[in-house]
Amino acid sequence: MTSAGVRATARIAATADGRGGTALPVLEGEGPIALRRTRAAGSEARVMLVGAMSGPLGGDHFTVEATAHEGARLHVGSAAATIALPGQAKGAARYDVRLTVADGAELHWLPEQLISACDSELQVGTRVELAAGARLVLREEQVLGRAGEGPGRLTSRLSVRRAGRLLLDQELACGPGAPGGWDGPAVLAGHRSVGQLAVVKPEFEREMPRAALLGEFAAITPLAGPGLLVTAVAPDARHLRRVLDEAARTLG
Amino acid sequence: MHLDHSLSSSHSHHGPSAISADAHRPDGSRRALRIGLGGPVGSGKTATVAALCHALRDELSLAVVTNDIYTREDAEFLLREAVLPPERIAAVETGACPHTAIRDDISANLEAVEDLEDEVGPLDLILVESGGDNLTATFSKGLVDAQIFVIDVAGGDDIPRKGGPGVTTADLLVVNKTDLAPYVGSDLGRMAADAKAQRAELPVVFQSLRGDKGVAAVADWVRGQLAAWRAR
Amino acid sequence: MTRAALLVLADGRFPAGGHAHSGGAEAAVKAGRITDAASLEEFCRGRLHTAGLVSAALAAAAALGLDPVELDEAAEARTPSPALRTAARRLGRQMMRAARATWPHPELDALARLFPKGAHQPVVLGVAARAAGLGPADAAYCSAYESVSGAATATVRLLSLDPFDATGVLARLAPELDRVALAAADAARRAVDEGVDALPARSAPLLEIGAEAHAAWAVRLFAS
Repeated sequence: MTSAGVRATARIAATADGRGGTALPVLEGEGPIALRRTRAAGSEARVMLVGAMSGPLGGDHFTVEATAHEGARLHVGSAAATIALPGQAKGAARYDVRLTVADGAELHWLPEQLISACDSELQVGTRVELAAGARLVLREEQVLGRAGEGPGRLTSRLSVRRAGRLLLDQELACGPGAPGGWDGPAVLAGHRSVGQLAVVKPEFEREMPRAALLGEFAAITPLAGPGLLVTAVAPDARHLRRVLDEAARTLG
Repeated sequence: MHLDHSLSSSHSHHGPSAISADAHRPDGSRRALRIGLGGPVGSGKTATVAALCHALRDELSLAVVTNDIYTREDAEFLLREAVLPPERIAAVETGACPHTAIRDDISANLEAVEDLEDEVGPLDLILVESGGDNLTATFSKGLVDAQIFVIDVAGGDDIPRKGGPGVTTADLLVVNKTDLAPYVGSDLGRMAADAKAQRAELPVVFQSLRGDKGVAAVADWVRGQLAAWRAR
Repeated sequence: MTRAALLVLADGRFPAGGHAHSGGAEAAVKAGRITDAASLEEFCRGRLHTAGLVSAALAAAAALGLDPVELDEAAEARTPSPALRTAARRLGRQMMRAARATWPHPELDALARLFPKGAHQPVVLGVAARAAGLGPADAAYCSAYESVSGAATATVRLLSLDPFDATGVLARLAPELDRVALAAADAARRAVDEGVDALPARSAPLLEIGAEAHAAWAVRLFAS
């Protein structure tokens, strides 16, 4: 028996509240994706993505849309790791993230890891649209398989546009059935965690941080516009987080 | 999106940069004379380049391109010796094959000489030094206007007799380190006779950079080449 | 025009600077990730399906006549490592010189004017293929093959690997090379209607990280 899978869209909109803080006029979860406002930190509004059930399963299509309007400061995290699992429905699961940040606004998109469980199949598409004066800190971490199991098939594409210009476009494809060599010496070389931290801010137009290595398996790379990308591979989620946290500290 | 794109709408008064051996730069001015220095490892190419820079830098605007096996070593030597300001020394990376970069695929070297002319020009002379290689390594005519092949007496006094493209066809053959000849048992007379047999009328200079005259004879030859280039 | 022009363009001796670059193999050899023909093959396979696919699609799109400025921007966004962007532009400039001498064409001249210090190499390669009368699939084949042949040749020099073993690696990759070249050409055709976002963006984290490590070495044999 097959079913169509679950479609669900969650929406967040953040605006400056006119008193130096950030309001959340839109905070709509749907189905398995619940949103919770947590305690604000200074002028920043904080939202937690709460997975009401584990997912996405095969055939599911989840979408999260978050917009930080002019002057807003929005921080989005998640309560726990997201686990891609095999499902009853045919085909891959999809998880789309659409992020929009206006001039003078700031978005920190810092969810917990995405775990690609054995036999799952998930396509993640993260698209970020930034105005010229927008600020972004975005972290993505992929873990290939739960403890003691092999990975599922995962395809994850991250693209960032700034002021209408493409700044970053990267896709990672891994797991059984992915094009060959994904676990070989050019791509992951047996590492089971891979992550990226993207930082974009207008100050980088004046002064870009220099390229730097963080050990043997991570690098800070300035992009062709006012942004940079930290790329890291690690044996597990804990090591990966430590490297990305260190990078975040280095970058202030 | 591709109907009215940048290739069809681009206009410029300047042509794109020159392709290889053209004697003129894109703006129509005459480019610098390019002289290549090749020869086996350890024969004294870099020392000769350093000495030429000392001898000529007050009378000419000059720059150097190095082609090392290990990326920047020769360039670093020239920088340490402070023979020229750093912006006048460029290093070309050669992928473990310095002869390829000066003969078969000269594109990286052409870019280096053009960039030097753009950035520190106008230049009278650019010396292009090959990484130490074997006796068959010669410069492409697309890259240099004249070439010097540097061998040394300690490498064996039979090298001129053995010939090879470098010894036979270089515009100038330099036999270096003549001061060592008594210690290594090399017969300078025999080397001169063999070189004459291989090269007919092409010039040969016997040189010791430690001697009184140093690089003077080679520097004079370079001045002659430059005069001929300017008269062309 | 002639299909044989593809042989000229794809020849490892085509004087466009490729000989000085290892395609990340020098860094992988030093890190101990390439030690023999088997690990070279896995390296090349991973490179083919990531950087190889991306560059093949860019080349095919340029050969189809898509705007090279947009394609160059797409190439920048797909290359986070500044060391790799520099290498791609340097090689693009060298390819431009060789192509203009080989197949003089007003589109090559115009591209040289737009990017005097070099556009990304696959973009120049695609316009060169166009100037030579070749099609998008030809350009994709050439770029995909280049993405692995350079690494194989470099590894022969770096490890003194048996050259027959290295050539065997390339031969075994041939069926995958077919698939990558055709997928790249398909994506390029989609990009005509859908824009350059339809082009693949497949990445290889260790190629990017390794390229930054390599660029910081004081002593190396290859430029990238």
